[in-house]
Amino acid sequence: MLTKKQLFTRGMLDISPHMLSVIPFGIICGAIGVELGFHPYLVYAMSFIIFGGASQIVFLQLLSGGASSLVAVASVGIINSRHLLYGAVLSEYLEKLSFIKKLLISYVVVDQGFAESNKFFKKNRGEEFLHFHLIGTGCTMWVCWQIATLSGIVLGSFVPEELGLKFAIPLTFIAIVVQDLKKLDHVIVMITCGLSSLLFFDAPFKSYIIISPIIALFVAALLLRLKK
Amino acid sequence: MTLTAIIFAGILTYFTRMTMIALISRDMLGDKIKAVLEYVPSAVFPAIIFPGIFINDFGTFIEMNDPKIFGGLVAVIVGYFSKNIIATISAGLVSYWFLIFVVFS
Repeated sequence: MLTKKQLFTRGMLDISPHMLSVIPFGIICGAIGVELGFHPYLVYAMSFIIFGGASQIVFLQLLSGGASSLVAVASVGIINSRHLLYGAVLSEYLEKLSFIKKLLISYVVVDQGFAESNKFFKKNRGEEFLHFHLIGTGCTMWVCWQIATLSGIVLGSFVPEELGLKFAIPLTFIAIVVQDLKKLDHVIVMITCGLSSLLFFDAPFKSYIIISPIIALFVAALLLRLKK
Repeated sequence: MTLTAIIFAGILTYFTRMTMIALISRDMLGDKIKAVLEYVPSAVFPAIIFPGIFINDFGTFIEMNDPKIFGGLVAVIVGYFSKNIIATISAGLVSYWFLIFVVFS
């Protein structure tokens, strides 16, 4: 049985390689916000209040492009609605926690943290304090995101644009799913999601980001039925 | 004004994180749904990967000879065999830089 501290450390270690893409992306996000003409405090407030990567950039781009606040808020909600799926998966492992602890831990659920903690949870179901792994991944992400966006806000885009470091984001997610390419059913689900996301890319409010997972999960349900 | 919008966006985002963890009990989901949820990573992350590679900053499709496609493929191959996150990201970035700074420059 691992201690709380060991699990927390393990979570930190499991997510830290992703900081290679998260930190440059955070710097870019902070710098873009200021370049778009928003007050630095507001740009930083988003990292604390929303804490949601790409959705923060979309929010500011929409507002600076003349969209109404309602449209901007709705877009953030839709982009981040994918967390509902993460929560549904994680709930199995967090069931025993008190309501207050569930409320607190929810704030640090992010894409990469969900992915790495979920992998760990599947292999270590018996551990008593599993949630400390999720706190480890989430807190690491939170601290790095705050520092990275703050640096981008204060120092400007000191990461040269020519490097195209936004490209590190798809790469980080490739690293997360690549081992599942061994399984044909997962490959079909991934291709369904990927192609749907391109097909629906122009759907309003960036809704491709939730439409395509729903289509892909529907295909997954069909595959499960076929398997029987 | 903008701050109010940020706060609303934050509350909304927090609800997307919290709802399924705190308000829904696992027993409310049947076995079939649990089996489908096994596919969540495979069903969600390609929606970040594909547009990140195949669609450019202006929202249009890239050419088929775009360096990002090559970089993505290298990342998949290196990731598959190395099982290492840092190797995957670095291999993708370096091969992408090699094309834009050395081959196409």
